[in-house]
Amino acid sequence: MNDGGHVANERRTKVAAAEGRTPAKIRITDSTLRDGSHAMAHRFTEEQVRGVVHALDGAGVEVIEVTHGDGLGGSSFNYGFSLEDDIKLVAAAVDEAANAKIAVLLLPGLGTVEDLKRAHAAGASVARIATHCTEADVSLQHFAAARELGMETVGFLMLSHRVGPEQLAAQARIMVDGGAQCVYVVDSAGALVLGDAQARVAALVDEIGDEAQVGFHGHQNLSLGVANSVLATQNGALQIDGALCALGAGAGNSPTEVLVATFERLGVPTGVDVQGALAAAEDVVKPFLHRLPFADRGAITQGYAGVYSSFLLHAERAAERYDVPAHEILQRVGEAGYVGGQEDMIIDVALQLVAERDRADATV
Amino acid sequence: MSGGKKLSAAIVGPGNIGTDLLVKLLRSDLLEVHSMVGVDPASDGLARARARGVEASAGGVDWLLAQDTLPDLVFEATSAKAHLANAPRYAEAGIKAIDLTPAAAGPFVCPPVNLETLADAPNLNMITCGGQATIPIVHAVSSVTPVSYAEIVASIASRSAGPGTRANIDEFTETTSHAIEQVGGAAKGKAIIILNPVDPPMIMRDTVFCAIPADADTEAISASVHRMVARVGEYVPGYTLRAEPQFDGPRDIWNGNARVAVFLEVRGNGDYLPPWAGNLDIMTAAAARVGEQLALEKATAEVEEAR
Repeated sequence: MNDGGHVANERRTKVAAAEGRTPAKIRITDSTLRDGSHAMAHRFTEEQVRGVVHALDGAGVEVIEVTHGDGLGGSSFNYGFSLEDDIKLVAAAVDEAANAKIAVLLLPGLGTVEDLKRAHAAGASVARIATHCTEADVSLQHFAAARELGMETVGFLMLSHRVGPEQLAAQARIMVDGGAQCVYVVDSAGALVLGDAQARVAALVDEIGDEAQVGFHGHQNLSLGVANSVLATQNGALQIDGALCALGAGAGNSPTEVLVATFERLGVPTGVDVQGALAAAEDVVKPFLHRLPFADRGAITQGYAGVYSSFLLHAERAAERYDVPAHEILQRVGEAGYVGGQEDMIIDVALQLVAERDRADATV
Repeated sequence: MSGGKKLSAAIVGPGNIGTDLLVKLLRSDLLEVHSMVGVDPASDGLARARARGVEASAGGVDWLLAQDTLPDLVFEATSAKAHLANAPRYAEAGIKAIDLTPAAAGPFVCPPVNLETLADAPNLNMITCGGQATIPIVHAVSSVTPVSYAEIVASIASRSAGPGTRANIDEFTETTSHAIEQVGGAAKGKAIIILNPVDPPMIMRDTVFCAIPADADTEAISASVHRMVARVGEYVPGYTLRAEPQFDGPRDIWNGNARVAVFLEVRGNGDYLPPWAGNLDIMTAAAARVGEQLALEKATAEVEEAR
């Protein structure tokens, strides 16, 4: 059915041209300083935040997300403690940005309305509220609070591969009725394979397209973040997430600089300068990275088994602490159906693997 | 009052929680069920109570307070708003309230931790499910060594999270955090709740992390945790450790503290709610425990008076 992204996009461009309009502009939200926080073990410094915001803002990126990887209030034993308080980093980002809006992520059950109010007071103007893809109704008090504060609102349906397009669209409807102005298909596990992403975005556009925008947040665990993002825009998505150098959980996010270059080649306007994005990745982010996101055995297992990308580093740490293989932990976590936020279960699974190994040793 | 039963108790709110609590109270040797009270004549819970021979009325608290014989205790399983309206009326009528809603009109109570000090309070609040599951462990650690920070993660099956919890999930995190400090004894508390929709539903899981001094006595902490798990197990038989407490040495990012992590499973008793709903079971079991302890104290007081 799909005749290739390039052909489809050329057609989209031609249709738009014939109708006397340019293809709809899409908005890139850069999450280097939020999803990338996972890959940095939540140790961003204020200087790094200022440098990244300065470069992205200069390149024309309109929205920059700055928060602990697990959102406001994420600094904890379970997810890792931040080097710097979120609110301090948000304030620095706001101070540094001349044009870009600063967004914050909030996971209900972890962050609270009080956290959101503090972020708003520090200058954050976009609230991104994330729930597991079947639990949208826990976000309603946070959307209501964000709207009351005058913030732009975005809903995040995480691990979107876990349910079919119709059920996902029904959850998006709950968020829009609660005050979301855009709802994202969030491929937290990097598990959506082309048509899977396409079908979910199309279902959301059908359900909420008249009242709200649809977005797509991709991961590179199966190396499909950019391809899925292109398909998403061809199916009506108007907001796309990326991160410089792919800095993000698992094998990383769709790289912002690749998204910008690809969309330019496809004739889809993003408002972001390609050279500016390339320079931001190469000159600002790459020098401070300890490790570049990479689709290694653990990350691919996440995409393949549908495991929340942020679990990767936690699984590696548990693997080292208990001397069990990280990919086996991730495989088990996938089988158990654990969802975002259940990082504690990674230790539990590692302990189970140790107990099983000890029993096997005892019977030898 | 029949046999050895020392206190009578009404249940207000005939929903899932009230019905599960009813099953537990009917089993008690110390508490007699006075009545089940609701506001909807078509309520399943009222019909179920009647089928078990319990007086049931849809006349609400007005009906309850108009009875010739009032109960000694009322278990409130309605909503925070309803309880805030009802609490002064119970107090005026001299009925002690055990509150399973998030209203927190009275002090927080966790039976194995602080019930003894609160027996005289006219209104006791049962905190949250995650609080009942984890605060005993925080207290077990803090009674051995100073706990500068305690963090709990409660994972529950989506199907066990009702509309009230979903509409105000901040109430869970905030109330539980405060109780970790006030009742658990941590200098600072944090609570996280996760809803998991996996099918078949997952049994409630709780993880407790405590920051402890680098030189804390890990053996004493482990022993204290084991003792506490046994005490909670007296009223929640499905309350178990998944593994031995896990100790991690001091780290700079933990402000030089070490850490103990305790992994718990809370399997419900399956009285009315299914076993995976351990979060609801531990609330009703803890509330029933409070009622029974109050009855025991009354019995002890009577014996002493008779001397």
